[in-house]
Amino acid sequence: MTLEVPNGSLTALLGPSGGGKSTLLRVIAGLETPDTGTVEIDGEDLTGVPVRKRGIGFCFQHYAPFRHLTVRRNVAFGLEVRRLPKAAVRTKVDELLDLVKLTAFADRYPSQLSGGQRQRMALARALAIEPRVLLLDEPFGALDAQVRKQLRIWLRELHSKINVTTVLVTHDQEEAMEVADRLAIINDGRLEQVGAPADIYDHPANEFVLKFLGPATELDGAWVRPHDLVLHRSAEAPGAQQATVERVTHLGFEVRVDLRVAGDRELWVQLNRGSAAELHLSPGDAVWVSPSGTAVAPTPGTQTPGTPERGPSSTEPTTPVAVG
Amino acid sequence: MNWPRLTLRTGALGYLAFLIVIPVGSVFYRAFQHGFATAWDAITTTDALHALWLTLLVVVIAVPLDTVFGVGVALILARHRFPGAWLLDALVDIPLALSPVVVGLSLVLVYGHTGWFGNWLAARGITIIFSVPGIVMASAVVALPYVVREVLPVLQEIGTDQEQAARTLGAGPLTVFRRITLPSIQRGLAYGMTLTTARVLGEFGAVAIVSGSIIGRTQTLTLFISSSIDNLDPIGAFTGAVVLGLIALGVLGLLGVVGPREGRTKWLSKSPESPSDSDPLSLSTG
Repeated sequence: MTLEVPNGSLTALLGPSGGGKSTLLRVIAGLETPDTGTVEIDGEDLTGVPVRKRGIGFCFQHYAPFRHLTVRRNVAFGLEVRRLPKAAVRTKVDELLDLVKLTAFADRYPSQLSGGQRQRMALARALAIEPRVLLLDEPFGALDAQVRKQLRIWLRELHSKINVTTVLVTHDQEEAMEVADRLAIINDGRLEQVGAPADIYDHPANEFVLKFLGPATELDGAWVRPHDLVLHRSAEAPGAQQATVERVTHLGFEVRVDLRVAGDRELWVQLNRGSAAELHLSPGDAVWVSPSGTAVAPTPGTQTPGTPERGPSSTEPTTPVAVG
Repeated sequence: MNWPRLTLRTGALGYLAFLIVIPVGSVFYRAFQHGFATAWDAITTTDALHALWLTLLVVVIAVPLDTVFGVGVALILARHRFPGAWLLDALVDIPLALSPVVVGLSLVLVYGHTGWFGNWLAARGITIIFSVPGIVMASAVVALPYVVREVLPVLQEIGTDQEQAARTLGAGPLTVFRRITLPSIQRGLAYGMTLTTARVLGEFGAVAIVSGSIIGRTQTLTLFISSSIDNLDPIGAFTGAVVLGLIALGVLGLLGVVGPREGRTKWLSKSPESPSDSDPLSLSTG
């Protein structure tokens, strides 16, 4: 596979667990040696360069805090190893602690921090060495849902502020779409598709990508997003297909309608509360279903899984990280 | 009245009293039975002082040897996968399973005058058996497992994440070891070294065989005590025992200083007031 990551971008490696995302990240970092292929940053081949000379910032899934050092000393580690003058280290660490909002916790030990605070400390520690690339392995995996949401927004803001090329690994498609400006979908060691989240969502290269990024249901032998389907009470819509309502499930704002169409096929439609209320649906009702204007079915055949895919489109700038 | 608890306590204390407190206490009592001056005279004879000096010399050489070897083997076993690792792991335990007398005998067989390497060594003027090198070797062998057994589980528990993180931050192998690995294993290492020291101090069987117990030359404190008893010099034996006991107490005390104590090791304990993520993350970044 070839994956190019544009300078200053925030790219998410997205895919199911065990698909090789973390391994790819560790190969970029130099923590693992690839059997074949090369890793380049800014056009420089780093494949044989040891981890400590690559100038990458790596945040581990469980943050890997130095348990015997305070927050301040954790953040200072990379600078102290580089033998920077004490005053310079202090200034830089103070800056970073302020950036990640941990100034008040500078003298605590990692065991005295919450998960989110540890995550921010790990980020500050990685950023201290002014890495050329920041790599985050499942950055929010070990946090509870509430903190996760906060940290996503915060990471997004942090990235726009410091603008370091960032690659993160996640198996959560919602997280990837929210945080990243580019997605690289990885499955079973293969790169399935690369592009902007909205593009991939609307134009999935294959069935796997379509299903992984969001809900999908089958209409007339093609896959559609259930929220791209429209229900009608009468047959007036052109191309609409008749169906019977099996069940209506209210999920707050969203209403899920399970249908059965001719040929005993099942189908489901995602409606918002308002449109569901207008339709007055109940099990057994006859409805007509048609794709809305924006519905896009994937085009299997144009991209077979496993085909090497090129990274950025021509509009994107330089390509500092490349794995091939 | 909580009878089961009281019974348990009395039982435990009684057991300790009969096995440790009373016998050790009586040694102290007998040593000073005829006054402090007599005891002082007994322990300041040339032979006694030499035995004390030799014992400390052996500790100073054998303990660092076992420490370096122990940490090295623990690192190899914890951080590398290789065929035969199980064999190395099992070999480390052999000194625990073997009687020290057997350890001593095996050393004599290999390094003694008639041993496999004996002639070769003798030709080069190197004497191991009935001499200090033999005593150090025997002591190092019997005390070999302790550092490995204390450090290995700690290494396995902390994993490699912190070491890898240090590498990404620019640390070379030595820096990683000195600044990350060593502080992480500090407690286990201190405990292992204490056990090693105690074992070396108290070793008798293996040392008795390899040293020949030559008075004033190859006699350690334990051998001195033994020969004092044989020579019907109970005061010498008891004061020797008291000195050995005091050194051991000193080593245990040293562990208290070197090893972690409350306050210095907040990072080791699970913090009881570990904060939650409730602190609102200020999103209005400034």
